[in-house]
Amino acid sequence: MNLAVQKFAEYAPILQRLCQAIGASILGMLKALGALCFFIADVVRHCLTPPFFFRHLLRQFMDIGYYSLPVVGMTALFTGMVLALQSYTGFSRFNAESAIASVVVLSITRELAPVLAGLMVAGRVGASIAAEIGTMRVTEQIDALTTLSVNPLKYLVVPRVLAGTIMLPILVLIGDIIGVYGGYIVSTHVLGFSSGTYLQQTWDVLEKMDVISGLVKASAFGFIVALMGCYHGYYSGRGAQGVGAATTNAVVTASILILIFNFILTQVFFS
Amino acid sequence: MTHKIELKNVIKSFGPKKVLQGVDLAVPQGSSMVIIGGSGTGKSVALKCILGLIKPDAGSSILIDGHETVGVGARERDGFMRKFGMLFQGGALFDSLPVWHNVAFGLIHGKEDVNKEAAKILAIEKLDAVGLGKNVADLYPAELSGGMQKRVSLARAIATNPEIIFFDEPTTGLDPIMADVINDLIVKCVKELGATAITITHDMASARKIADHIAMIHMGKIIWTGAIAEMDKCDNPYVDQFIHGRANGPITDAIPA
Ligand SMILES: Nc1ncnc2c1ncn2[C@@H]1O[C@H](COP(=O)(O)OP(=O)(O)OP(=O)(O)O)[C@@H](O)[C@H]1O
Ligand SMILES: [Mg+2]
Repeated sequence: MNLAVQKFAEYAPILQRLCQAIGASILGMLKALGALCFFIADVVRHCLTPPFFFRHLLRQFMDIGYYSLPVVGMTALFTGMVLALQSYTGFSRFNAESAIASVVVLSITRELAPVLAGLMVAGRVGASIAAEIGTMRVTEQIDALTTLSVNPLKYLVVPRVLAGTIMLPILVLIGDIIGVYGGYIVSTHVLGFSSGTYLQQTWDVLEKMDVISGLVKASAFGFIVALMGCYHGYYSGRGAQGVGAATTNAVVTASILILIFNFILTQVFFS
Repeated sequence: MTHKIELKNVIKSFGPKKVLQGVDLAVPQGSSMVIIGGSGTGKSVALKCILGLIKPDAGSSILIDGHETVGVGARERDGFMRKFGMLFQGGALFDSLPVWHNVAFGLIHGKEDVNKEAAKILAIEKLDAVGLGKNVADLYPAELSGGMQKRVSLARAIATNPEIIFFDEPTTGLDPIMADVINDLIVKCVKELGATAITITHDMASARKIADHIAMIHMGKIIWTGAIAEMDKCDNPYVDQFIHGRANGPITDAIPA
C-alpha cells in the first residue's frame, strides 16, 4: 500500500506535466479554430460588400484557373490511363470491356478528379498564395494597404478565395473529360477494345449526379485551398522563416482538410 | 490649444518584452513633432499603435482630434485612417505594382476615386517633388535603389494630402543633398499644406530642420519633450548624450554589462 502511494507520488509530476501539455495543445487548437472562423466570417462579409476589385478577380482566375490547367490535365490523363490498366487486371476474366469503362468514368468523376486536382492545386496555388501574402505581411505591405484605406481582406483575400471556389470546378470538369479520354486511349490502343462499345458503356453508366457531386467537391476544395493559403499568409510569422512556415502549413492543412471534407461530402451525397 | 494627436499612458508588450511602458505625448494641430531615441526603444511601435496597426494594451488611450481611437470598431477606424499618411521604415512598397501605381494607390482606391490617367499625372508630380524623374514611374520597386524606394514610399505617403503624416526615418539611406530635399518637403507639407507630422529620425541635422517640438523616448517612456529651441539648453543628461552622440553617458550606463 505504502509502496503504491510512493510510486504514485513519483509519477504524479510527470502525469501532471503530460496533462498540462495535452490541455495546452487542445486549447491552442480551439483558439486557432476560433481565429479561423472569425477570418472566414470576415472574408464572407467582404465578399458581399463593395467595393469589389474585379480586375484582381480576373487576374486570379488566370493564376489559379488557367495556369493550373496543365497540372490538372496531366494528372487526370495519367490517372485515367492507369485506372484502365489496373482494372483490366482485375476484371479481365469477366466482361472486361464494360466494367473498365464504368470503373474509369465513375472513379474519375466522383473521386479522383476532384481530390487529385484539389491536392495538386493545393501544392501549386495554395503555396504561392501563402508565400505571396506572407511576404506582404512581413514587409509591412499589408499594413501599408490599411494606411491607404484599402481593406487587405477585400483587396488580397476575397479575389483569391472567389477565384479558387469558381475555378476549381471548371478545372475538374476539364479533368473529367481528359481522364475519361485517358482510359479510352488505353482501352482501345493497348487493350484492344472497340471504341464504340467503350464510349457507349461510359455514357450509359454515367449519371448527372456523379459529375455534379464531383464539381461540388471541387468547389469546396478550391475554397479550402485558397482560404488556407490566405489565412496562413495573412498571419505569417516574422521574417523568411515565418513565410516558409506559413507556406508549409497552408499546403499541409489544405491537403488534410481536402481529404476530410471529401469523406464528409461523399457521405452526404451517396448515403 | 487643441491637440491633433494625444497619447496618454500608452502601453505595449510583446509577450514578456515590455516595449512601451506608459507613453504620454501631445502633438498640436499643424505642428511638426520629431521623436528621437535609441534603436529598438519602440518608436516605430508607437506610430503603429496610433495608426491602430498594433493594438496597444489595456489602459492605453490615444485621442485623434479629441476622439478616442483605442478599441473602436472597424468602420470608425476606417474614418480615422483616411486622415493618415505613413512612410514605413522599410518602405513597404507594393512590389507587384509599378512605381507610379504605388504612388497613386491611395488616389485610385481611396475615397476620392480619381481615375487612372489623372492619378498617374498626379503621381508623376509627387515623384518629381521627391527628386525622381518621369522615367522612374514605369519601373517596378525591385528595380530601384534603397534610397529611391524610400523616396517613392514618401511620395505615396503624401500623395493624398493627408491631415496627419508619419515619417519613419525619412532620410535614412539618402545622400546629404537628397536628405535636405526631403527635409524641405516635410517642412512644406506642414507649413504650406497645414498637415500635422510626426517624424522619427536619428539624423539630428534633419531633426533640427523639420521639428517644431521634439520628444525623446527611452525605456518605453517619453523622458523629455519640448520646443526644438530648448533642446540644446535642456539639462537632461539622456538628451544631452543622445544629441551629441556620445558613447558614454546615462543611456549606455543603464544597459547591464
Ligand atoms: N510585431 C512584433 N512582435 C514582437 N516584437 C516586436 C514587434 N514589433 C516590434 N517588436 C519589438 O519592439 C521593440 C521596438 O521596436 P521598434 O521597431 O519600435 O524600434 P524602433 O525604436 O523603431 O527602432 P529603430 O530606430 O531601430 O527603428 C524591438 O525590440 C522589437 O524587437
Ligand atoms: Mg523603427
